[in-house]
Amino acid sequence: MSAPKTLFAKVWDAHEVDITEDGLSLIYADRHLLMEMQPQAFDGLRKAGLKVRQPEKTIGVMDHVVPTTDRSLPIDDPVSRMMVEQAFIDFKEFGVELLDLFDERQGIVHVIGPEQGITLPGVTLFCGDSHTATNGALGAFAMAVGTSEVEHLLATQTVPIARPKSMRVTVDGTLPAGCTAKDVILAIIGRIGTAGGTGYVIEYAGSAIRELSIEGRMTVTNMSVEAGARAGMIAPDEKTFEYIKGRPRAPSGKAWDAAVAYWRTLPSDPDAVFDKEVSLDASEIAPQVTWGTNPEEVAPIDGKVPDPRDAGDTDRRRMMERSLSYMGLQPGTSMRDIEIDRVFIGSCTNSRIEDLEAAAAVAKGRKVADRVSAMVVPGSGLVKREAERRGLDKIFIDAGFEWREPGCSMCIAMNGDFIQPGQRCASTSNRNFEGRQGRDGRTHLLSPAMAAAAAVTGRLTDIRELDLDH
Amino acid sequence: MEQFRKLTGVAAPMDMINIDTDKIIPKLHLRTIKRTGLGKFLFEEMRYETDGSEKPDFILNKEPYRNAKIIIGGDNFGCGSSREHAPWALLDFGVRCVISTSFADIFYNNCFKNGILPIRVSKDELDALMADASDSENPELTIDLEEMLIRRPNGAAISFDLEEFRRACLLDGLDDIGITMTKNASIDTFEEKQKRDQPWLYTAAAE
Repeated sequence: MSAPKTLFAKVWDAHEVDITEDGLSLIYADRHLLMEMQPQAFDGLRKAGLKVRQPEKTIGVMDHVVPTTDRSLPIDDPVSRMMVEQAFIDFKEFGVELLDLFDERQGIVHVIGPEQGITLPGVTLFCGDSHTATNGALGAFAMAVGTSEVEHLLATQTVPIARPKSMRVTVDGTLPAGCTAKDVILAIIGRIGTAGGTGYVIEYAGSAIRELSIEGRMTVTNMSVEAGARAGMIAPDEKTFEYIKGRPRAPSGKAWDAAVAYWRTLPSDPDAVFDKEVSLDASEIAPQVTWGTNPEEVAPIDGKVPDPRDAGDTDRRRMMERSLSYMGLQPGTSMRDIEIDRVFIGSCTNSRIEDLEAAAAVAKGRKVADRVSAMVVPGSGLVKREAERRGLDKIFIDAGFEWREPGCSMCIAMNGDFIQPGQRCASTSNRNFEGRQGRDGRTHLLSPAMAAAAAVTGRLTDIRELDLDH
Repeated sequence: MEQFRKLTGVAAPMDMINIDTDKIIPKLHLRTIKRTGLGKFLFEEMRYETDGSEKPDFILNKEPYRNAKIIIGGDNFGCGSSREHAPWALLDFGVRCVISTSFADIFYNNCFKNGILPIRVSKDELDALMADASDSENPELTIDLEEMLIRRPNGAAISFDLEEFRRACLLDGLDDIGITMTKNASIDTFEEKQKRDQPWLYTAAAE
């Protein structure tokens, strides 16, 4: 009998084409997703006279620079317009399918993969964007690559990578009311730190992870990179299969049966050994909000802004001081006393239909506070359509939120959506780095329901204290 | 890719942990179709006021660090984005080597693709190099990739490790794609076998 294996090892071993003398594996890519953000990779191919090896395993979408306002209008910003125009040229020239900004299926690349049935359990999937790990929620090995590696993938359908180590993060127990997948991943990052996963692939396991919906699982794997890991995975189960079945590019008929039979063999064997194990008790997790300028600087909503004097070492103390100064916060301030100016509900972390449902449940019958400007950006055209079918757009608009077209928008703030210097934003996105949502802007990461609650009260708010049946 | 053998140059001390990719190159500048020209935006928000004037206290705005070829940075250097604009901006500015106690994986990897050498050292070694670089009278280091040594201004040397494949690629300026294409037959074989074992991967993706 062969040695017990982890989910990651099973997928990795099945895609190793070659190993170099010093241990770099050449990994085959079953799926390669592109955006409008890698014209340099196409240009590299052009200069070297190379073609795309497997155009049918490659698909692109426009998400980063596209405006979230009326798509029938020309793009005002000349640089964004240039990126979009170049993408049209590159994808056509190299024969790669592109879901452009006029396609209803357009949206954030990491939303599109699972939504279209491109992402499947057991596949290797690469994309030149750090949140590629999102796709690992279905049991894929999905890893972010740099632009040179994108070029390498286009030319060879493979990429040389050093085999990562494996870490299992087990979250057992029942999440308290008001806590979501976002709170789980923020709590994990708060525990292991932004470099805690460096060099590892994280498998998220335990009853609290299994209890999450597939969309919730995507929120968890999405932020693997914020814990330093290049990939995060969750074992596929019946929920996974149910989610995938019938999607446009999922297998069907006999191929479906064969695929499911294979997918059932993928979960980590009971005796599989991980290089590192971490465990959390779900029942101890409270709704989380970041207070600083990296995602590990996070606190429960009923907590206080921490004091740098309590930091373990000098480096950390100085980082905290810098964070607090940038964020304009005093140690000891109650998180719930922090007033906000902007709310952003969207991003590859939290822009799927369940996220919008959760936010709408809070927004329903309420009004966005006078001091706040709030926007909702669905993850894809199909999410938008479904939300409108359910009447969520009307709930948001009635409450005073803006209802936008799909894209990355104010998560990365390069499409014209950004916050002003000094403004404070409650955001469902994944990064709170300095300047992330606009120069000198201040970001607090939280869940969709918590973001909606902040919008209606004008301050960071404990969702558990808001009467949802008002 | 330019070869990397021996580099002598000014080392700039950046004694701060978690220098993320948004700090290295603000994301608005990721909107470009070229690999070059990003050096002027390197560390933009730390380096310039909003009106575009230089912040005099920022290290790269001071002599002799305006010509830095090496950066000595705090732990977890390069966390954040996967795009290569961070190494492109460093390279375009003239930086060919970054030294830290640890790097984010993607950034670390991206450096090698662009002829930049990221070197991991111990905390004590980093402190010593940070002190060397902070002496603006003589902040020059020599990085010798053939000998795998960092030569300090006081004549002492610090050795470092690097996988042989990465070292060879940097020393010879080798291009990964060319190397992989010599393995095309193995890729063909892999695809044929996978098509037999997991046919749904081939039929499903095509609409």
